[in-house]
Amino acid sequence: MTRDTSSVHVPHFMTGDEWQVPTFALLRQDGSLHDGAEAPELTHDKALRIYRAMRFTRVLDERMLAAQRQGRLSFYLQSTGEEATVVGATAALQDDDMIMAQYREQGALAYRGFSIDEFMNQLFGNALDYGKGRQMPIHYGSAEYHYMTISSPLATQIPQAVGYAYGQKLDGEGRCTITFFGEGAASEGDFHAALNMASVHQVPVIFLCRNNGYAISTPVVEQFAADGIAPRAFGYRMHVIRVDGNDLLAVYQATLAARRLAVEENKPVLIEAMTYRLAAHSSSDDPSGYRSQKEEAAWREKDPLARMRHWLERQGWWDDDEERRLEEQLRDEMLAAMKRAERQPPPPLASLVSDVYDEVPAALAEQLAVLEAHVRRYPEEYPRGAAGLDAGAETAAGGQ
Amino acid sequence: MAHMNMLQAINQALDIAMDSDPRVICFGEDVGGFGGVFRATSHLQEKYGKARCFNTPLVEQGIVGFANGLAAQGHRAVAEIQFADYIYPAFDQIVNESAKFRYRSGNLFNVGGLTIRTPYGGGISGGHYHSQSPEAYFAHTPGLKVVVPRNPHQAKGLLLAAIRDPNPVLFFEPKRLYRASSGEVPEGDYQLPLGEAEVVKEGADITLVAWGAQLPVVEEAAELAERDGISSEVIDLRSILPWDRDCVAESVFKTGRLVISHEAPLTGGFAAEIAAAIQQRCFLYLESPIARVTGLDTPFPLTLEKEYLPDALKVLEAIRASVNF
Repeated sequence: MTRDTSSVHVPHFMTGDEWQVPTFALLRQDGSLHDGAEAPELTHDKALRIYRAMRFTRVLDERMLAAQRQGRLSFYLQSTGEEATVVGATAALQDDDMIMAQYREQGALAYRGFSIDEFMNQLFGNALDYGKGRQMPIHYGSAEYHYMTISSPLATQIPQAVGYAYGQKLDGEGRCTITFFGEGAASEGDFHAALNMASVHQVPVIFLCRNNGYAISTPVVEQFAADGIAPRAFGYRMHVIRVDGNDLLAVYQATLAARRLAVEENKPVLIEAMTYRLAAHSSSDDPSGYRSQKEEAAWREKDPLARMRHWLERQGWWDDDEERRLEEQLRDEMLAAMKRAERQPPPPLASLVSDVYDEVPAALAEQLAVLEAHVRRYPEEYPRGAAGLDAGAETAAGGQ
Repeated sequence: MAHMNMLQAINQALDIAMDSDPRVICFGEDVGGFGGVFRATSHLQEKYGKARCFNTPLVEQGIVGFANGLAAQGHRAVAEIQFADYIYPAFDQIVNESAKFRYRSGNLFNVGGLTIRTPYGGGISGGHYHSQSPEAYFAHTPGLKVVVPRNPHQAKGLLLAAIRDPNPVLFFEPKRLYRASSGEVPEGDYQLPLGEAEVVKEGADITLVAWGAQLPVVEEAAELAERDGISSEVIDLRSILPWDRDCVAESVFKTGRLVISHEAPLTGGFAAEIAAAIQQRCFLYLESPIARVTGLDTPFPLTLEKEYLPDALKVLEAIRASVNF
């Protein structure tokens, strides 16, 4: 049954245009507050933790794209331009709230403390990679930092976040889950399934849509006809807020309030963060084929890092010297970590068959034995496998 | 022991699973107060509350996506897909997510607590969309376990094992046997092993392999063949993935002949995998070609369902052809 509504006696169509979703914004580009805006409470330490994570992400993206161009890395994916959205939302959570991200959320890991070496080991798929070299670069995961391992298929993490959050609600420990996704992924069926289920079951989950303008090359006008993603929440009777995604303070405050709704009232929330993917979709993409330099330049003027930095400077918490020192330090550390990661051996051959199940089934152990015999016979043809021939007994038995 | 049908046995298994572990959660379409369209979840909501047994919206990809997340969080998610014919919207969540969750994270995360229950199979005048046997699609997916019980006793023990197994399990329930199959079932808590076949009848001349609803069919064929003086060994595979090659091979070493039967279409059906593996293991012991008695390579029909189905007479003919090869 629908909610009680008044009846009409001539056809009356509606389009949803009656509902306008405003954009919540606090910061101007020069770091000053909009008229009537009030900055959220943010300590000096927390503000710097946030900014360092944003800068870390920017430098990591620059360094790793360069490494990809040099042929040292097979693939990379930048989050340039979206740092305030990702880091701002993460900073508003408890550090043990669950994050189920899409793939452009390295800022969340950086904020929580994932080390440069941990990033590098994943990117190079070496023996120290938690994912054991099984997934393409940027598919990070961390149990320690409550960051679910990335999965390439788009939007699959969204209904999973609802289930995860339902489990958290049952446990009653006041934790929630946030799931990130792009405005393109929001076209997938999984998105709609997830929002409906979250609303029906009153689950402590935050859906954070990074509306960055493009799904690879497809612009938003070819992705949906409505006014962005936010109005979809109405159909599910869900709380929704649209926020300036390049405004760290606004994203932080919106997510803080969303978390309160989710955890204290079991009300799921949709946040649409309006931002822009300043970089290409990935190292395999060239945006010059589908958007203008003029458009990019206009968004570069709205750089979220510069905006946050200006605000910090106005607080007297940051200056040019500190900026230069941080950049130099990050570049040096990343260069050294990259070299360390490159020197690590590949995962052992036996790791090919572990973790398919909790234990290696007999039939699969036989397949490994056949493969090992083959690699022993032709080691020069399989240098990585040959290098990891005898290192793998432990890995094959499972475990981390 | 108590006499009951397969639905009662499944209901009892779910009851025991929920009673013995507060982290077991059951959900799906019409699963809550109504107790499921087949009544497999009867009274569970009354007993364990709406938080642990509930209806979901009508969205299979959402049900399995939700179940993956709930299992990753540490609960034991028992999701029902109302008919196996409607599992395909969830195919991505099962094949790309459930099956790869542990592997892709290097064992940082897993959905071992996941069990998907779903009624499958024909013989109930269900036409294309209430009769399919899609087990082979999932048997092609490393990371999943695929289990099919043949009677109430098996259903209860295998379902309890599936729910508690540390890997995601697809549990296909032969809906034709839900009420048609009854028998003695231990009342307490017990489990039957996953990945192990069972020799349900010993014999000397030929091996018959089947699973789920097809078991009574090949048993009937074995009885008919007995009148011709042919002694059949009948094996219930029970698990399709991983499957018990040793059990089947041991039998074929002895009999030298093999007939495999399933309702699903012939091409790419799971019998093909068994035939390939057994001819490799038992090549020099085979007295005749391995035979498959299956559905046709068509969508599942309606009016001519009896003609489509691999019934006992068709299996008997295959047995005779094999023995007289």
